[in-house]
Amino acid sequence: MTTATTGIPVRPASVGTAHTRIEGRDKVTGAAQYAAEVPFTDLAHGWLVLSTIARGRIRALDTDAVLAMPGVLAVLDHRNAPRVETDYVGFLGKPDPTCAVFQHDRVPHLGWPVALVVAETSEQAREAAESLVVHYEQEPHDVEFRGDHPDAYPVDAIMPAVTGKGDLEAALAASAVVVDAEYTTPEEHHNPMEPHAATAHWDGGRLELIDSNQGATWVLGDLAKLFSLDPASVRVRSEHVGGGFGSKGVRAHQVAAVMAATVLQRPVRVVLTRRQMFSLIGYRSPTTQRVRLGADADGRLRALEHRSLSATSTVHEFVEPSAGVARVMYDAGAHHTANRVVRLDVPTPTFMRAPGEAPGSFALEAAVDELAEKCGIDPIELRLRNEPDKGPVSGLPFSGRNLAACFREGARRFGWADRDPRPAVRRDGRWLLGTGTAAASFPSGAAPSTATATAHPDGTFTVRISAADIGTGARTALTLVAADALQVPPERVHVRIGDSDFGPAMLAGGSMGTRSWSWAVQAAGGELLERLALGTDIPPEGITVRSDTAAAVGALTPAERHSFGAQFAEVAVDVTTGEVRVRRMLGIFAAGRIVNPLTARGQFLGGMIWGISMALHEEAVRDRASGGPVGADLAGYHVATHADVPRIEADWIEDTDPDDPVGIKGIGEIGIVGAAAAIANAVWHATGVRHRNLPIRPDRVLSARAGAPDA
Amino acid sequence: MREFEYQRAFDVAGAVALLGADPDTRFLGGGTNLVDLMKSGVERPARLVDIRELPLDEIQSAPDGSLRIGATVTNGDLAAHPEVRRRFPALAQAVLAGASGQLRNMATVGGNLLQRTRCGYFTDVTQPCNKRVPGTGCPAIEGEHHNHAILGASGHCVAVHPSDMAVALAAFDAVVHFATADGPGEVPLADFYLPVGDTPHRETVLPAGALITGITLPPAPVAAHSRYRKIRERASYAFAIGSLAAALDVQDGVVRDARLALGAVASRPWRAAAAERVLIGAPADAETYVAAADAELAAARPLPHNGYKVDLVRNLVVAVLTELAEEAAR
Repeated sequence: MTTATTGIPVRPASVGTAHTRIEGRDKVTGAAQYAAEVPFTDLAHGWLVLSTIARGRIRALDTDAVLAMPGVLAVLDHRNAPRVETDYVGFLGKPDPTCAVFQHDRVPHLGWPVALVVAETSEQAREAAESLVVHYEQEPHDVEFRGDHPDAYPVDAIMPAVTGKGDLEAALAASAVVVDAEYTTPEEHHNPMEPHAATAHWDGGRLELIDSNQGATWVLGDLAKLFSLDPASVRVRSEHVGGGFGSKGVRAHQVAAVMAATVLQRPVRVVLTRRQMFSLIGYRSPTTQRVRLGADADGRLRALEHRSLSATSTVHEFVEPSAGVARVMYDAGAHHTANRVVRLDVPTPTFMRAPGEAPGSFALEAAVDELAEKCGIDPIELRLRNEPDKGPVSGLPFSGRNLAACFREGARRFGWADRDPRPAVRRDGRWLLGTGTAAASFPSGAAPSTATATAHPDGTFTVRISAADIGTGARTALTLVAADALQVPPERVHVRIGDSDFGPAMLAGGSMGTRSWSWAVQAAGGELLERLALGTDIPPEGITVRSDTAAAVGALTPAERHSFGAQFAEVAVDVTTGEVRVRRMLGIFAAGRIVNPLTARGQFLGGMIWGISMALHEEAVRDRASGGPVGADLAGYHVATHADVPRIEADWIEDTDPDDPVGIKGIGEIGIVGAAAAIANAVWHATGVRHRNLPIRPDRVLSARAGAPDA
Repeated sequence: MREFEYQRAFDVAGAVALLGADPDTRFLGGGTNLVDLMKSGVERPARLVDIRELPLDEIQSAPDGSLRIGATVTNGDLAAHPEVRRRFPALAQAVLAGASGQLRNMATVGGNLLQRTRCGYFTDVTQPCNKRVPGTGCPAIEGEHHNHAILGASGHCVAVHPSDMAVALAAFDAVVHFATADGPGEVPLADFYLPVGDTPHRETVLPAGALITGITLPPAPVAAHSRYRKIRERASYAFAIGSLAAALDVQDGVVRDARLALGAVASRPWRAAAAERVLIGAPADAETYVAAADAELAAARPLPHNGYKVDLVRNLVVAVLTELAEEAAR
């Protein structure tokens, strides 16, 4: 995948070789500075005050008492804060008004920002913020998400809300085997290790934001529009990011920091607490999904219906498009899908790792497992019999669909052929044992990006791109891509990222970051190499070329472009205590060319471990009376610990994307897809009980044993 | 966060004098619970008296076979002590079942007894809570309570005590020693925690201004054959949804002695005295174990979402006693 140029010998590719993180030493020694750690002179600290009611109006704020407290510089609220513009369309559509803080007296959910207290120290700001008395006019609220909510309606979002072909009821009636089941997933939160943090300051008429985000130019675009600024007069830097998972775009704290820096004309930092993150950064909505499958006795689908309901806030429509996965995975003569939402008095949900696919694959892949059981067919064989040859809804060809190869390789390595399909017949002491599998897919895409490549007289190169390394290893991956493009060892390439001054680029999201950036880096590097081949001397300031992939990306022909994978899990269940332990997992992926096997494996494993959490642990509980979250910290909100993570293997098969200049598809999200279904299917195989509500908590396992065979 | 003063004490009398029965002052041990509560605003002390330098960090065997554990012994040191592991294995197992290695190296024995509940309403200062602000109500009863009490709760509070260590201590008749300005005192752990009643904010019988100085475990041969089993919603680093410390002495198929205490079922570690009465003198078989569990659980008053704990506790009692009896027979 290198650009061979006359006169320069082709080096062995760096892409595809394992490379430790370039900034790894800085991170483990603490030398890497995160957004809240960058020092500023004259820095002031802002602390957000959040509403304690779920719906109503602010009647008054007793700011005088707070302004008299030690160190307090200002209190911003809806009466005195700068006005912002929200009537615009950003990179991801209309902005969630949640980020437009202090513009009115309405309170649409518990945890809504009602004021920012700014003080000389963080402790003073916090003490004053927690002392601020806010008087509300409270109104009745509704935060209860339930599958039969009467106010649900379909929403077109990143995909159409509803698709349909064929007569569903007739096809179900004509089916030898029918599965009709409802699945639920709970409210889930991103919880990146690094809390959101931003420092805003004006520097010679230019606004600079030191931030933790998933896309510097993305955040810049929103801030410029919100504050009606020339984009050229805004700079956003985000060098190191401790996780994002979809939550790190423009949020209340950055906007509040800019407001305060503007009012006070000094640098202002706003950092969120873990508890505040449960209200302010978005989350994954709970879902209720109904899946109906009808098949012939040989397992071939005649009918497929996948309907999903998710929640959104009263101020913004966000849909968790769980039914979308059925539009990719399986075809049937009668094929109907729908994503609906209900508006509740809750914060607006947002993109969270594998939006749609993560909860959708749980419902669909569990239903397919139930169908396999009813048909008496091996669940892998049933899936292979239903492999579509074109997009079930779009009718477009697949640009590489190597799902069957993933299943074959996975089955071989997992020992699937020896599996006894009967449930509840294997025991190891107090543990019942079972295995399960599920399919995975996630869209593969690229978005226009720009990059520059500079050749220096000493033979080294600098590549600049406004990419974000949110823990994925993107900085290292781009270094390998640049090295190949420039035909040099990686040690001679310095990749700089996380600065909006480097020009527009895709954000780290949609599993599209590394692919989109690599495209631009490859183009810039290739062009620079051609310039250098002309033999000109390199001046002290170097020779720089810029790439822009807009035209090339726009020329991609329409196709069903996805990564695929096969997930396998073995679980042990003690039905007398309700404990479920995953004993081993295997994921085999067809996800394009793998740039850096070391960090790629980490991403796959991380996704699969998140799948363990999704299956067994993660759940945010919303208190009906107050409307707020209960136990909003990492002691109350459980993710898998090391002790929950068994021997896990992730591997991949050759799947180079012919339509991408580097061969990449994107791996950021597919690791979690299907993982929860594989575990739930294994729990059925162990116990004979279908758990259709996540997470599979001990109390659910215990209660299921006492009651019906379904839970 | 409220500003606070920090002082360090170097002997017991000095610590007690520094505290001076000031309601705005707290002793600081490992700080693994107190500092969290200060960050969340549940605790707002004006002053901290650091007691980690006190000479209370030893574990000593007395000639009568009792074990004296100093109040500032870390959880990690307690679990690693050879005498504890040999004579009270359930205690070592209970400590190791809690928190993480880092936390256990900080947390102290005295502080562990005084841990506050992790009820999500208690730890959120924007919510009502009778334990935190008397008279404001208990939202858990109508709200989220799937890990709340089934025994000994009241209409005023249904929170559970979070300690694993204290469950094992309760099974082995531990005695708590403390010092006050008027001199030393002691109280059996069985009487240390107050009933919930209508005063859930009053948790222990410790006099105002008292400093816990240590714990004594009286000799208990049965404890050498003991076990702690903890059930939680993940494999590590989570509070129990149900736990059991049990010791069993079986001879000729008959239970000669038994100690049982339950965790995560009540506002305090719950000594299962009713179960012990059924066990002692009865045949060591599953029927006896079920009867023992049911005798204890007869008083259970589960809420709509925590009834599973009744089944869980019954299953735990049967499983652990069966294991202990089978091992004794080998």
